[in-house]
Amino acid sequence: MTDAAGRQWSEGASAAAVAEAHRREWAFVLAATVRVTRDLDLAEECVQDAYAQALAAWSDRGVPARPGAWLTTVARRRALELLRREATMRRRLPHLLTEQTEPGPGDGDDPDIPDDRLRLIFTCCHPALSVEAQVALTLRLLCGLSTAEVARAFLVGEATMAARITRAKKKIAAAAIPYRVPAADELPARVDAVLTVVHLLFTTGHTAPAGAELIRRDLVERSLELARLLRTLLPDEAGVAGLLALILLTDARRDTRTNADGRLLLLAEQDRSRWDRRAIDEGIALVRHALRHRPPGRFALMAAIAAVHAEAPVWQDTDWAEIVALYDLLVQLWPSPVVALNRAVAVGFAHGPAAGLAALDALAAEPQLAGYAYAASSRGAFLARLGRAAEARVAYEEALLLTENAVERAYLAARLRDLTEDEPSR
Amino acid sequence: MPQYLILIYDDEAVRAAANPEEFVRLLKAHEEFGAADGAVVRAGHALQAADTATAIRADSSGGFVVTDGAFAETKEVLAGYYLIEVAHLDEALAVAKRVPAPFGGVEVRPIRVFE
Repeated sequence: MTDAAGRQWSEGASAAAVAEAHRREWAFVLAATVRVTRDLDLAEECVQDAYAQALAAWSDRGVPARPGAWLTTVARRRALELLRREATMRRRLPHLLTEQTEPGPGDGDDPDIPDDRLRLIFTCCHPALSVEAQVALTLRLLCGLSTAEVARAFLVGEATMAARITRAKKKIAAAAIPYRVPAADELPARVDAVLTVVHLLFTTGHTAPAGAELIRRDLVERSLELARLLRTLLPDEAGVAGLLALILLTDARRDTRTNADGRLLLLAEQDRSRWDRRAIDEGIALVRHALRHRPPGRFALMAAIAAVHAEAPVWQDTDWAEIVALYDLLVQLWPSPVVALNRAVAVGFAHGPAAGLAALDALAAEPQLAGYAYAASSRGAFLARLGRAAEARVAYEEALLLTENAVERAYLAARLRDLTEDEPSR
Repeated sequence: MPQYLILIYDDEAVRAAANPEEFVRLLKAHEEFGAADGAVVRAGHALQAADTATAIRADSSGGFVVTDGAFAETKEVLAGYYLIEVAHLDEALAVAKRVPAPFGGVEVRPIRVFE
């Protein structure tokens, strides 16, 4: 098979192009098709159909110049066919409410195919849906993951995930959650809800809550792609720049977080020459941009903290006073017990383990930290540094009980062994 | 256009502890809500306290069991409602946030339409 330029197309090349288009264009094609179907399930069906057609057509005639536009045209044509057929049979469930008005921000250059991805994002991350449902819909509809893949990502059964997605779609239709970009006065809160979903995807991938691997690369990649997409679609939102910076700066350490044997390496032990400099440079530029917004957002502040680590050539050079100052701002802006815990750990490095332990003890009454493994392990680390081995052991044992990730469990078990061997103190 | 029922729930303990001036303020707040959002309100009423409710269930022999009190014994009880008609849930939520509910909160339920 040859394309217009006379190049040879094999079925393999066509399949690769379809896979690439699936990864890059799924959200665009689905979002544009929903505008026609006003029904998420029908749109998904038509888009899947278009990708299946692409496999044969692209192998015969070559990959089109604009695969997204090709797929959208085919999916929409299919949708119109089905809708016409259906109209003669029965009326469908309540339709998604779309505004057939002016193009929204981020609309593409093809007037026939507006870029509806923002509408899709805000529908998936609507606060009237549970956070679990928002995350599942985002992976399913924006990233194009199958229900089985979404289920695997969150370690639940496929039937459970299918039910969760079905229930969320039903609520979108029944409660008339609109397919639209929120009005200006609603936008800050709604953008924050979207960022929360993307951040949750990132943290779940960065340190998997359970399983043999420390990192779930696929989820980290998806969160990075979503943050980049949001940065394109919402260039004026400082929070988006902050979240993209946070993901880049944190993920820059990915290759150094475990050693060759898969053992967990702390920030202090990581080989900083192997951190991803390109990601760090991009992240630092974005942090500077995000911090210009007053007051700075929570993701910009977290990214600024990650940037301080990225800028220290070695662990000993870490500017802990700066990190504590940033955490002080973050705690005010976002008074979450987990943020306060991270601040206490930073205090321990800035002012010594006794000060860190005191800051941790001040959080002892926080119910959210009672079952939180990092609260126990941080306590264990401070107690060990203070030579209080028996108490440190109790804290590490508690952390081990609360930890399900195999790599983190191995790390905690090693700390417990150190404490036993170094009896009575270290 | 979709319709939504905005159910106003009161914590009866909080309401019992309120003083008369608070009820005067609440009444005024509902009047102001009606003046600002009346265009989308199709109906709305305050209800008598939950202990004036009477529950009726069908029994297995074709009759009814009538009991004193509301269905569910909960801290928050249904205290009133507005029926509104707006374009979509975002508008319904915006209206619901303006409904005075100092003794509890509100719940927004889409009205089911049978075709």
